[in-house]
Amino acid sequence: MAKMSIAEALRSAIAEEMRRDERIFCIGEDIDIEGGFGGAFTVTLGLSKEFGHDRILDTPISEIMIAGAAVGAAMTGMRPIADVQYGDFLFCMMDQLVNQAAKMTYMSGGAVKVPMVMRAPIGATTRGAQHAQSLEGFFTKVPGLKVICPATAYDAKGMLKTAVRDDSPVLMFEHKLLYGSKGNRAEKDALSPIGEVPDEDYTIPFGEAVIRREGTDVTVVANLLMQYKALEAAKVLEAEGISVEVIDPRSLVPFDYAMVVKSIAKTSRLVIVEEDTKRNGWGAEVAATIAETAIYHLDAPIVRVATFDVPIPFAPIMENYVVPSAQRIADEIRALMKK
Amino acid sequence: MKIKPLPPLTEALGMYEKVRLIRRYEERIYYLFLEGVMPGTIHQSHGQEACAVGMLNHLGVEDYMTSTHRPAGHCLAKGVDLNAMMAEMFAKTTGCCKAYGGAMHTGDLAVGAVPAIAIVGGGMPLAVGIGLSCKMRKTQNVVVCFFGDGASNEGAFHESLNAASIWDLPVVFACENNLYGASTPVGKVMKVLNVADRAAAYGMPGMIVDGNDVFAVQVAADEAVARARGGGGPTLVELKTYRIGGHSRNDACGYRPKEEAAKWLKREPVKIARERILETYPKAAAQLDDCDQRVEAQLDAAIAFAKASPDPKPEDGLKHVYFGGN
Repeated sequence: MAKMSIAEALRSAIAEEMRRDERIFCIGEDIDIEGGFGGAFTVTLGLSKEFGHDRILDTPISEIMIAGAAVGAAMTGMRPIADVQYGDFLFCMMDQLVNQAAKMTYMSGGAVKVPMVMRAPIGATTRGAQHAQSLEGFFTKVPGLKVICPATAYDAKGMLKTAVRDDSPVLMFEHKLLYGSKGNRAEKDALSPIGEVPDEDYTIPFGEAVIRREGTDVTVVANLLMQYKALEAAKVLEAEGISVEVIDPRSLVPFDYAMVVKSIAKTSRLVIVEEDTKRNGWGAEVAATIAETAIYHLDAPIVRVATFDVPIPFAPIMENYVVPSAQRIADEIRALMKK
Repeated sequence: MKIKPLPPLTEALGMYEKVRLIRRYEERIYYLFLEGVMPGTIHQSHGQEACAVGMLNHLGVEDYMTSTHRPAGHCLAKGVDLNAMMAEMFAKTTGCCKAYGGAMHTGDLAVGAVPAIAIVGGGMPLAVGIGLSCKMRKTQNVVVCFFGDGASNEGAFHESLNAASIWDLPVVFACENNLYGASTPVGKVMKVLNVADRAAAYGMPGMIVDGNDVFAVQVAADEAVARARGGGGPTLVELKTYRIGGHSRNDACGYRPKEEAAKWLKREPVKIARERILETYPKAAAQLDDCDQRVEAQLDAAIAFAKASPDPKPEDGLKHVYFGGN
């Protein structure tokens, strides 16, 4: 076992996979220029020393090309890991992700595979409206894409390996405040979820949620940073006699509904917490599906705690208000327990 | 450009036959479409046959081609099975995309024909990735990337040509300039006279070619493909051409001056190919006629094959969302 930050776990997953399979390469902006950043959050820092600049490929600022080149390379025998500096830039490459990557296998009648990974940092971090959005819900809408969002070092490494070995396009969302990046790329107010990571090779299948904290009164489904906020709320509520179960879905497509249903069969209450804006988010989809399939387990309405339906503001005071906080999550749970 | 002698007669006839096949494929499709026996929409490539055949005739099966919403000529020239293409038009399970793709996504990666990309400019970044893949896998393969004058105004064009150039990728960018983006004349949306003029901005050679002369196109293609294969990087080849039909179904081309259309139709690709062959090989008339007959027989067989093929089951629409069904 080694202790690693998420940035280190991702870097180690990439290196191990690239050693294992020479078809794998990284492509993105500023991913390992000498004296540069190693990607916006240091994940690919130093990898070109071992793998060279042909396989750690720094690109022009050309997001359409990055995504399209990943699709084209993936269709013809390579297994690219592409990277954007901020998830918000995925919107520049929407045609390539949504019309090309997601549909190529289907349009070809199942003949063509697109084994590519698109990594994207998300989350509000006092950078204002265009470097802040949580986009994982957006892409759950697209048939043909898989959407994952690991929040621990163990999951980050195991799920990136699974993504690289998958024959379909995978979008991997990583939270800026969870990387544990060091040096001048370190984030203010970052959590540093240093975790144990096995030395031996391992993968984590998609569609398997995990229980982060067991509880009996209410089930909270929360991903990425919100999972840590929910755990913080759970601790506060424990002192008040409310027992909170926290589930991390880890992947949104596919989604582990079975674990949520099992949990609400025990707790009878469901809260979904996401950093994305509330309207039509992945939380809405989970709420609707649980309402369709398992509503009789519930003794109270489903509650969604999400970012208010506004762009992310700059002022830290406003940002902290519009994005769910541990306090807001705790307040919502208290209110739900009275219903 | 200096006029080069024609290839040997057998090769010249082979090229003529492909040009003729594309022409008659599109004409037969048009009538089948009017009969109402074929679903969907059509964006036809007749008039632009020489671009497809000239660019692809010397490519190997392991070389790649990316296409557009007007893919039939490219696919026939790249070697996609005629019967499978026709069956795809009829939405049959024997189609080259098993009826999941349709006219606008025709292709077969097994012969290097990437399923066509129907978003204007959308295939260009894919060609960069395919070129990258050819280079990284240390193959000698190349990719010919077809697009139109309209696509040269897309951001994807800029990002793709720039990347292919800085990485010296084995990509040939083949712009079929048919003078109209749907109904919009190219002069209204582009200040430079030629799309090829834009090559200078990427530090790559630009070529302007008579896109209606299959033999001239092949000469240009040989040069660009040799450069790509030899590690010399990409070329922007502009093929000046003209649609015979409309942009899509139900387009009477009211936006095209009659004199302009008449001028172009006088030098359409089948006619030019035939004339040039007869100039060099004056006794080849009977062989050209044989080509025409073979083409009709192949098309008759393909249409019969397609009509006799099974429809998909409705619930087949739920398959193939992910590769391998996972």
